[in-house]
Amino acid sequence: MTQSLLKRHHPLSVIDEQRRIIAGAADVAPFETRMGEAGLRPLTAVGITTFQINVGKMCNQVCGHCHVDAGPDRKEIMTRETMALCLSALARTDAPIVDLTGGAPEMNPNFRWLVDQVVSMGRHVIDRSNLTILTVSGYEDMPEFLASRRVEVVASLPYYQEKQTDAQRGEHVFERSIAALKRLNALGYGREGSGLALNLVFNPVGAFLPPKQAAIEADYKRELARRHGIVFNRLYAITNIPISRFLEFLISTGNYESYMKKLAGAFNDDAAQEVMCRTTISVGWDGRLYDCDFNQMLDVSVNHGLPAHIRDFDPARLAAREICTGNHCYACTAGAGSSCTGSVA
Amino acid sequence: MPGYYESEDLARFGDIGKDAPQLWEQFNKYYAPVFAEGALSEREKSLIALAVAHAIQCPYCIDAYTRDSLERGSNLEQMTEAIHVAAAIRAGATLVHGVQMRTVAEKLSM
Ligand code: SF4
Ligand code: SF4
Repeated sequence: MTQSLLKRHHPLSVIDEQRRIIAGAADVAPFETRMGEAGLRPLTAVGITTFQINVGKMCNQVCGHCHVDAGPDRKEIMTRETMALCLSALARTDAPIVDLTGGAPEMNPNFRWLVDQVVSMGRHVIDRSNLTILTVSGYEDMPEFLASRRVEVVASLPYYQEKQTDAQRGEHVFERSIAALKRLNALGYGREGSGLALNLVFNPVGAFLPPKQAAIEADYKRELARRHGIVFNRLYAITNIPISRFLEFLISTGNYESYMKKLAGAFNDDAAQEVMCRTTISVGWDGRLYDCDFNQMLDVSVNHGLPAHIRDFDPARLAAREICTGNHCYACTAGAGSSCTGSVA
Repeated sequence: MPGYYESEDLARFGDIGKDAPQLWEQFNKYYAPVFAEGALSEREKSLIALAVAHAIQCPYCIDAYTRDSLERGSNLEQMTEAIHVAAAIRAGATLVHGVQMRTVAEKLSM
């Protein structure tokens, strides 16, 4: 198993170094220039539909493409006090969706408490699960908990075969993910009419763009049913963002320049209109506010004079804020676009 | 000329349209719909292109359709099988021409 950049004292664990590399991508026009040509400069939010909370960087896995640099060694997790501030802030918005992410969000000891609070407020909860955590001792009853609160599960499975999945996410991850999916299916997840949504996430195992979402969803549905008897609702095709451990992969394999050129060359005006930050607010484990989970990992908090901590939450101004962008944003605007719910265009 | 095949040349493919723009336009008009979803999926068409690229041994097409196959969701098993199809047809085509060899030899021989 690899270790987090931080644990390895890798140069990229210094976030300034990541930002320097991304800003200096050769042969790529600055993202803001390209957005200007698309009539989207400045890029502004149009509301808050998704209230995304990153409850911490702790994870039982250390995937090679992780944009969080998560792992078992990462101890930064959200406290119950900060969660309470999130709930007060949430109450001041009409955001229908609360998207819980990490790390492995289930590993936060207050995860269940937070889910219960959000559910009692009548908001829809998404758990971004890595699946394997559902098979770890101490979490075996998590599927039942999620089902009883009707939490939507959005689960990572980068390919429908073991080789590719394990290459990206670690040894035996595929096998354990399949076991977790079977448990979720047994509870009704992913089955028509159950009301328990199970959506999978595809992301390329390498320096290339994802396929068309509908095409790869059809392949997944056919292959997972045929090989493992697994069903699910939708597949989200997501583009790998060139930061953190995926940036490390790109640089160490000599793919960085060509990947950035590919992303920039595939800029799609329609996808740029629909980038997810326009309808999302993202909260970090320490309560800081960001335009998205990617900016969060680059330490770029909401800016342009806005208070950037959950305790100073200003819903009206945040709903119409100017978004901070950079060259990493090309991953959201390439091809059919990419967001936490897959293609956008 | 530094070498006959330079990987950077693939990005300059469009240069070939410079002195015959109408023909280049006609080629592009044809090429794009050929690879669009039809009775065959885009992924299947990409695998056929990959196999043909190997049969005609075009390094540009091998580069382009390896990437394209991955981006259409194909995996290395599928891509390798596609190349075997090309190789088998190549081998079969070579062998079946042996019949010509036999015909000529039989005509010449006592
Ligand atoms: S990609 Fe997800 S599962 Fe993998 S290390 Fe990062 S947070 Fe954990
Ligand atoms: S990386 Fe974040 S800020 Fe940039 S376009 Fe994507 S969602 Fe928006």
